[in-house]
Amino acid sequence: MTKKKRGSSSVYRTGTDSVKIRLIVLTVLAALLLLTALCAKYICPYDPYEQNLLLAKQPPGPEHLLGTDRYGRDMFSRILIAGTTSIFSTLILVSITTVTGTFVGIICGWRGGFVDAFLMRISDLFLAFPSLVFALAVAGVLGGGVQNAVLALAVVSWPKFARLARGLTLTQKEAPYIMAARLSGSSTPALLLRHILPNIAGPVLVTAVLDIGTMMMELAGLSFLGLGVQPPAAEWGSMINEGRSLLQIAPWMSLAPGAAIFVTVLIFNLLGDTLRDYLDPEHKKKRGK
Amino acid sequence: MTEILLKAEKLKKVFTAGKKSFAAVDEVSFELKRGQCLGIVGESGSGKSTVARLITGLLPCTEGKVLFYPSSEGTESGCIDISQAGIRQLKQAYRHMQMVFQMPAESFDPRRTLGDGIGESLRNMGIKGTELKTKVDNLLELCGLTPEFASRYPHQVSGGQCQRAAIARALALDPELLICDEATSALDVTVQKQIMELLIKLRQKNGLSVIFICHDLALVQMFCDRVIVMKQGKIVETGTPEEIIWSPREEYTRNLIESVL
Repeated sequence: MTKKKRGSSSVYRTGTDSVKIRLIVLTVLAALLLLTALCAKYICPYDPYEQNLLLAKQPPGPEHLLGTDRYGRDMFSRILIAGTTSIFSTLILVSITTVTGTFVGIICGWRGGFVDAFLMRISDLFLAFPSLVFALAVAGVLGGGVQNAVLALAVVSWPKFARLARGLTLTQKEAPYIMAARLSGSSTPALLLRHILPNIAGPVLVTAVLDIGTMMMELAGLSFLGLGVQPPAAEWGSMINEGRSLLQIAPWMSLAPGAAIFVTVLIFNLLGDTLRDYLDPEHKKKRGK
Repeated sequence: MTEILLKAEKLKKVFTAGKKSFAAVDEVSFELKRGQCLGIVGESGSGKSTVARLITGLLPCTEGKVLFYPSSEGTESGCIDISQAGIRQLKQAYRHMQMVFQMPAESFDPRRTLGDGIGESLRNMGIKGTELKTKVDNLLELCGLTPEFASRYPHQVSGGQCQRAAIARALALDPELLICDEATSALDVTVQKQIMELLIKLRQKNGLSVIFICHDLALVQMFCDRVIVMKQGKIVETGTPEEIIWSPREEYTRNLIESVL
């Protein structure tokens, strides 16, 4: 941190406050995104699925903010509707991986021994799978579709959280406060839920938020390849694919959903970064004083 | 008052890392009579803290037995074999046996208030609401803190205050045996004195038995009825504090005494 302001404690204060402001701004932005995704049905100006070939491939203009696609569907409405699918399937996916991974990781870290070795080898197995190849296999067996894409990605990405939670649990489990809680007669589930979980939640949460961006890209990638959301349903990845062949005639058809992915991923990644700064012990110490 | 409260028989704890193994505690036997205070001294790494963890069942023994005889009703045979006890029996034992740790700030959950930590055992006994609050407040007062400390976090209080809170937590269920594992080592001398005075007061008032683990012979002399000297996991000498300090038989003990004075 550069010392712009020389003052008693203002150096620390400005540092912490700017993180706090960043956190608030980004949280508001992320909340706005979620809200838009939630209300997309009610705020989109046109029916996103209504085809009108007379209006096909219109460039962006006052009538259609982001132009129209090859079937004359309003791009802006489609992007809003697609946001609902993209954002919520990503959130569901990240929640599943975070909860499962953390649960497995805590059990492994706490129990150790055979359970730990067994579950960790299983997680290594999944970690070794390239997610796209696995998704292809899942799509091949179960068919395409957003549920199967989420399933495929969930199966290959929970080990990340399991490893993280296991390591964090190992650092906490020998701590004196855990022994003190045991002496207070707390049962093992109580120890894990009341003491271990809150103390490892910070890094897990940061990883989860940072993962939202990555997972959104992967889901969009799968949809781009035709393994995720199936047309005519709108999804950003599949929309980029739809516009691909007309890139020279109607570039907005691919650029608009691309920009939507870019902005969303950027917001969630920045939020994750800021959250990490905010939960950093260094900042916490300064906040405490 | 000569009843035995705790008996350790040939305790042995072996730690293994890969193919190497190391006996942290070996052939340690002692008895603690009700109302007495037993001091365990020794240099760093002599196995004192491991003994404390074996007695409380926080670590399982490799060999040996720990027999605990709480006087209160609620135990079937009147004796709990800590080294063999299951979770339920251990919970029963912890109602009569508590421990104060070396690092006061680390012995409280950093995400929870001191009051929450002190009240944990009471909550586990089913005490709730205002009754819980009154009890926690009383415990804090007993240990020389004001009730406001209940809402503070461990990083917001000093080491001495935190250790007082830790003692308050240990006393929550009115135990018969208190194990102080270097309870004063992390504190500066004046705070150390206050904590010792608090412990002496509590002993006189509640008839508490104490196992006092420490590397400072002066403190042990002031506080204990009997002393065990440990070296590399073994007991090298036992006796009253006077015997140990004025006529030590072992070279090791003499070195320990000299290093203090």
